[in-house]
Amino acid sequence: MNADAQVPARPTAPGRAARWAFRGLVFLLALTGFGQLPIYNRYYLSDLPGCGWLADYWATRLVHYLAAALFLALLAHAATLYLAARRPRRLRLSRSGALRAGLLAALVVSGGLIVVKNFPGVFFSDALVIAVDLAHLGAAAAFLLAQLIALIGRRPWVEQAA
Amino acid sequence: MAISRRTFLKGSLAAAALAAAPAPPAAAAAEESLATLIDIRKCIGCGSCVAACREANADRFPEPQKPFPRMFPARVKVSDWSERREVDDRLTPYNWLFIQQARVVHDGREIELTLPRRCMHCVNPPCVKLCPWGAARQTPEGIALIDPEICLGGSKCKSVCPWDIPQRQTGVGLYLKLAPSFAGNGVMYKCDRCRSRLAAGGLPACIEACPEEVQTIGPRPEILARARAIADEIGGFIYGEHENGGTNTIYVSPVPFEILNRGIETGEGRPHLAPVPDMMDEANRLAAALAIAPLAGVAGAALRLVSRARGNTPSEESDER
Repeated sequence: MNADAQVPARPTAPGRAARWAFRGLVFLLALTGFGQLPIYNRYYLSDLPGCGWLADYWATRLVHYLAAALFLALLAHAATLYLAARRPRRLRLSRSGALRAGLLAALVVSGGLIVVKNFPGVFFSDALVIAVDLAHLGAAAAFLLAQLIALIGRRPWVEQAA
Repeated sequence: MAISRRTFLKGSLAAAALAAAPAPPAAAAAEESLATLIDIRKCIGCGSCVAACREANADRFPEPQKPFPRMFPARVKVSDWSERREVDDRLTPYNWLFIQQARVVHDGREIELTLPRRCMHCVNPPCVKLCPWGAARQTPEGIALIDPEICLGGSKCKSVCPWDIPQRQTGVGLYLKLAPSFAGNGVMYKCDRCRSRLAAGGLPACIEACPEEVQTIGPRPEILARARAIADEIGGFIYGEHENGGTNTIYVSPVPFEILNRGIETGEGRPHLAPVPDMMDEANRLAAALAIAPLAGVAGAALRLVSRARGNTPSEESDER
């Protein structure tokens, strides 16, 4: 659903910058996140020119953390702007937006738990470690799929409230 | 209290005489990581610890299914030690502890030393923390272990281990039930410091079997204090106090470890004794940035809203995808 009657078709310059930052960070997070699995070397991806670093778990982990910090700032920025505009402009999350926002929330929570787990002296139960790892991986895969469908179907994050 | 084989046996006998159960080291220090002290001076290289380790863990050694699944792509090689189970001069899936020999010259004297080598059980073990499936775990007693029921044998634990300790056996484990040709390659094996024996109130097999009492186990602060006392007494050196941010295996040597490291054979299955920085620390230090980032995002948005309210910025569109 699109609220194009109420919402300008062309974003402002900051809006375009935020959109591309969002896409770039999603790509970088997905690239380095899946790099935590032992697949890039096995499937020759790290053999591609300029991609050797993808087989280095330490490098991908560091870039993942840096990208996650920028992504969290961007999410908080966008969420604040949305909350501020929600009532005056009578906006609400679309179904696609709500689904993606929920998956992003799951990613942030599970990612935060993994960051905590990685500190020395932190012991999670066996079940929690597995649940958090699988939740982060599953939420990432589901978000990427939902984002792809939204891009192809041109589904907006927000729509005009009835 | 740190416990060696002899004091453990004495304690056990005394406790039995009093019809009371001996206090297990794990229970005695439930809130603290247990560390082992390996006094290299005492090791005579007899191999009793290696034999005891193999015997104690024999029922946990892999029994792979053959023929192995055809691996894809072809660059993925199988790792099969099942026909070479007797190898005991390096780490393998069937040999979780070996004796490393060093021939060095120190202070003008030629010295031969032997030392047991196995998992260092890091205080913050990368193998555990970076396993993508949660197949590796750390217990509050300071043991880093790999669950053979969950491990897929991707070998990431070995890649991130500063000493390349875990060893892979193909043809066994969960990957066989998933997509064996395309993901996983067996199970990774390494020392778990005889976790079940410790939990039952016993000692790791290598410690119990050593005739020279080379190893001692106890709370890490006590073990470190003892290591420092020995090092002070003999003008010796410590390995494991700071390596990779600290390990729960502490070596004390009369010879500097950089010299020892040059005198040992290192390579596949034969870990080094070189300095190791805290591998987990670099990204962990970014955690503060992760905590601050949302606040920065909110502050930036607030500034933008204020600016917009003053009429400096056009209204934002809201259908970004």
